Amino acid sequence: MTSEQPARHRAPEDPAGGEPMVRTENVHKSFGSVKVLRGIDVTVPRGNVCVVLGPSGSGKSTFLRCINHLEKIDAGRIWVDGRLVGYQQKGDKLHELHDKAVAAQRREIGMVFQRFNLFPHMCALENVIEAPTMVKGQGKADARRRGMQLLDRVGLADKALNYPSQLSGGQQQRVAIARALAMDPKLMLFDEPTSALDPELVGDVLDAMKDLARSGMTMVVVTHEIGFAREVGDQLIFMDGGVVVESGAPREVLSNPQHPRTRDFLSKVL
Amino acid sequence: MTAPDTSASPVPREAEPIKAVPVRHPGRWVAIAVIAVLAAMFVHLLVTNKAFNWPFMFQNMFTPPVIQGLFGTVAITILAMIIGVLLGIVVAVARLSDNPILRGVSWAYTWFFRAVPRYVLLIVMGNLGILWPRLEFGIPFDTYLGQLFGIENAHWRPFGIETRELLVGFWVGVLGLALSEAAYMAEIVRAGMLSVDPGQDEAATALGMSRGQALRRIVLPQAMRVIIPPTGNETIAMLKDTSLLIAVPVIRELFFQLSAIGNRTFQVFPMLVAAIIWYLFLVSILLVGQYFLEKRFSRGYGRTAKAKMKLEGLAAEHGANPEVP
Repeated sequence: MTSEQPARHRAPEDPAGGEPMVRTENVHKSFGSVKVLRGIDVTVPRGNVCVVLGPSGSGKSTFLRCINHLEKIDAGRIWVDGRLVGYQQKGDKLHELHDKAVAAQRREIGMVFQRFNLFPHMCALENVIEAPTMVKGQGKADARRRGMQLLDRVGLADKALNYPSQLSGGQQQRVAIARALAMDPKLMLFDEPTSALDPELVGDVLDAMKDLARSGMTMVVVTHEIGFAREVGDQLIFMDGGVVVESGAPREVLSNPQHPRTRDFLSKVL
Repeated sequence: MTAPDTSASPVPREAEPIKAVPVRHPGRWVAIAVIAVLAAMFVHLLVTNKAFNWPFMFQNMFTPPVIQGLFGTVAITILAMIIGVLLGIVVAVARLSDNPILRGVSWAYTWFFRAVPRYVLLIVMGNLGILWPRLEFGIPFDTYLGQLFGIENAHWRPFGIETRELLVGFWVGVLGLALSEAAYMAEIVRAGMLSVDPGQDEAATALGMSRGQALRRIVLPQAMRVIIPPTGNETIAMLKDTSLLIAVPVIRELFFQLSAIGNRTFQVFPMLVAAIIWYLFLVSILLVGQYFLEKRFSRGYGRTAKAKMKLEGLAAEHGANPEVP
């Protein structure tokens, strides 16, 4: 583990002088009778990297999916960049947003999945330019130029014309990162991005994520990579049983966990 | 035989090919003999039985009305399949939508048109004139609404046509077959869409794509792999089912024309054989098409060739070597 502090050129905290990028208040979510989230309060300031740790079934992936409204929450509130996600407050009443408005909100939130979910019938470059051209109406030539820049950024410019089935898992995941970045999101969500990868491929994906963090992107990362949390994370959240058990600066939580559940989990992972 | 030399790297050695006596299959020879006898009997039947009346059949199976009927059959098959596939996609999408009303309607549609036999459906469609002698367009429930405003026998229907004029032949046949086909195609399309990994739709949604965009650009293209082969089967079935149009009746249709000649000349059997020969011919053409289609779509992920073509196109645009501009 390197002890040096990575150089971070991040946007000044709260340029607007107010809203954090993500704020959640008492978020609840059940699937049938199973209560997955039971009151999550999290605040992620602009430019911060928030790492979410926790055993499987602790609700961390569900929480992530609630942030871009892939899952509808049952109770509580989620704000991204000061705007309520999925709803609109009119007086004391909450109105559901129309599909179009929800889609518009999602455009500003990039997401990277555990299983990549690249579109198999499109080559890497087509994957990257699909949403900018279809959703934002960007011109093909512009989108392509920008797509190539993004692929170059994740080190895959030479694979632009390869189909996902011709790429390794790590390459696919980096294309997925480029694909999410092509929409110029303000916030990036990572759902266990390295869990489906062979060990020797994890490093490239983590490097791409570190690069992104250094550029000042606000990120919420669900992961089991403790090293990544320690090196890049600005805050760490440990979830268990649908609640946040412990949170704080990654180095402190990792080296000196206060809660017995955290201690127990870390002893198994480290 | 020498002791294996472990120090040297392994060298390929010569070997004598195996020359063994193959297993005998006497059963096959018995089967060949039996089949040969049966085939000889069949040929004998074809040649000697006067009921076949071959000269009459060959004389009449290429007459202009029959050829017109042949083209009619092909046209109806193509039109009914096009409408059936498009409507089937609509019904399948409705069935998988979040809207409970659309879901209910599409379920009812599929239920009805799968439950009613095609022959019965076609007879009913041919007889719809009994229900509505005139087909008119205007304000629904006009007579009742008129009574509310004190007008007796209100008749607010700006235009109408005689149903008998509308329900002749060709288009009734196409419509009847297409409506029925759409119910089956809907199930095929639905299966295809369900076969696509839900993560695909999710990824598209997370990128801010609308439901329609995700469907058109991401889900349906991938579902095609599953949808195409059974659609080939459906086309073949459709071609054969055009013979049911005799129930409507549709006049420009192969089987109608052949039967008509048979009935008129009392040479029923030769014309039935002619029908079999024509259908064998048409289906064989479709089978060849289906063979290539299935080969195309069962390949790996079914896009090696396409990938190559696209690659060449894209590479050309990027000056052969895709560099960052």
